[in-house]
Amino acid sequence: MALLEVRGLVTEFHTAAGVARALDGVSFALERGKVLGIVGESGSGKSVTALSLMNLLDGPGRIGAGEIVLAGEDLRRASEQRWRALRGDRIAMVFQDPMMSLNPVLRIGDQLAETVALHYRKDRAAIREQVAEALRRVGIAAPRERMRAYPHELSGGMRQRVAIANAIINRPDLIIADEPTTALDVTIQAQILYEMKALVRESGTALIWITHDIGVVKDLADELCVMYAGSVIEHGPVAEVLAHPRHPYTRGLIDSLPDAGAMGGIDGMGGTAGTRRRLYSIPGATPPLLALPPGCAFSPRCGRAAALCATRPPAVAEGARAHRCFYPLERA
Amino acid sequence: MLARRFLRRHAGVAAAAFLLLLVLLAALAPLVAPQDPYDLGQVWIMENERPPLSRSDDGRRLFLLGTDGAGRDMASAILYGLRISLAIGIGSALVALLLGIVVGLAAAYYGGRIDAALMRIVDVQLSLPTILVALVLLAVLGQGVDKTLMALVLVQWATFARNVRGAAMVERGKDYIEAAVGQGLPAWRIMLRHVLPNCWAPLIVTTTNQMASAITLEATMSFLGIGLPQTEPSLGLLISNGFDYVLAHQYWISVFPGVALVLLVVSVSVIGDQLRIVLNPKLDA
Repeated sequence: MALLEVRGLVTEFHTAAGVARALDGVSFALERGKVLGIVGESGSGKSVTALSLMNLLDGPGRIGAGEIVLAGEDLRRASEQRWRALRGDRIAMVFQDPMMSLNPVLRIGDQLAETVALHYRKDRAAIREQVAEALRRVGIAAPRERMRAYPHELSGGMRQRVAIANAIINRPDLIIADEPTTALDVTIQAQILYEMKALVRESGTALIWITHDIGVVKDLADELCVMYAGSVIEHGPVAEVLAHPRHPYTRGLIDSLPDAGAMGGIDGMGGTAGTRRRLYSIPGATPPLLALPPGCAFSPRCGRAAALCATRPPAVAEGARAHRCFYPLERA
Repeated sequence: MLARRFLRRHAGVAAAAFLLLLVLLAALAPLVAPQDPYDLGQVWIMENERPPLSRSDDGRRLFLLGTDGAGRDMASAILYGLRISLAIGIGSALVALLLGIVVGLAAAYYGGRIDAALMRIVDVQLSLPTILVALVLLAVLGQGVDKTLMALVLVQWATFARNVRGAAMVERGKDYIEAAVGQGLPAWRIMLRHVLPNCWAPLIVTTTNQMASAITLEATMSFLGIGLPQTEPSLGLLISNGFDYVLAHQYWISVFPGVALVLLVVSVSVIGDQLRIVLNPKLDA
């Protein structure tokens, strides 16, 4: 059985202007040691998915329906007390901006130690050892000395490593990373991706990697979910989805990548000189959640949309290789 | 880091050194004062109203700042008065700070109705003139060190509560707080260990300024005769006691305690001002 199963997750924001359905029936499953990439543009529901899985929605946000099962436990029924025990121990999160996600006035060693001490009764020496070990695992040299540093004394890449160390320190079942490399240099990004992959493989942790950059997910993820306007519009093994996208939106996302950097690698650089093309961009913008079109949410921007698309939404994408489209692209 | 930046501010260092001197003199008053002005065995009524720099009748003692109407050495009385003024000013500001932290953090963390209710109470408190509130309270409670302290805490806590809330709201919106929730930390721990330490910079400045105003307010109330009792005279009471003599050209009985009060309040204010500059990187030249 899968470690994490999400079925038909609906998250709504109850605002004065009406109910905005930020997640509309999101389903996926994830095995131990596997990486799920979730891609989509701003407002597609990636981050809301992460917050829903952590039960960190605040204010007007509420989970309306669906199931979240982690290692056999129904998390929809978990009490707030149970959630506090889960967070940081069984489920951990890495945030986008390491500048912001570390407390500026605490030494990093103390921040990591707090995560351990909160969940386990251990003596100080054992905790310090565990902190040093976590820092070592994310590739920080001289962890004992670094533990005494404040966040502002570290570079951006180092800070994000610390944030990752904080997530892995209790060896959680699931790590949710919300665009953790977006704020970093491309070189640092590549290093961290490589290390994350190794960490996941060796520890058997499942990882959800949320990004708007398909290029990042390509090398890291096993499975890929493409999200649009709050629903998963395509789902499948990452190589399969990228090589043979079924949904026009996924196709559009892939076509809007520059060849050299993400898809073609270094080799592509010389090649593009002859075959220069104008970078594709999907026309239009994501619809506001309070004014979704009645049919397929993507239909107003879709080149393949027909009369049917505007009448009702296509069936929800479920299963190992799924898409949410009336007229999917054929396998090329 | 911060200490080094403060040390570069000459006005701040001078004020801090001076305040330290005052605090030491006040704390060690029984040891450094030439006499215990409230031990009747040491005060000789025949030596009253002596001008500054005069000597006692037996010639053994110098009245540096003169004596008052009862023959007390003014320098000694000022040192003892300083003790009480400092203790009440600093003490009330710290108690009010503690109260303000609890209220402010609760308002910032829980938000919504709790926040609105607490802040309306704060608004009401702040809309009343401090001196009026203090006057009414002391009129009802009566005189005494404890009652004066209580009145001073009551007029100050709202300022702290509003400041703490404002600073905490800013921090609360930041990612590291969400990260802390994501680690499974309980609310009180996040507030005390993650939010509060990030709010200290503005709070230190407010606290210093509040200490200065608490000292002034206490002096005002004692001057008006409703603060401290005669048995525990602060600087305000000394000024008040000497006030009648000013018209008789015996200025020193009232003026020297006044000068001491001014020096005390100014040094605390200057420290507060310099801390504000040091703690706010945008103001540091």
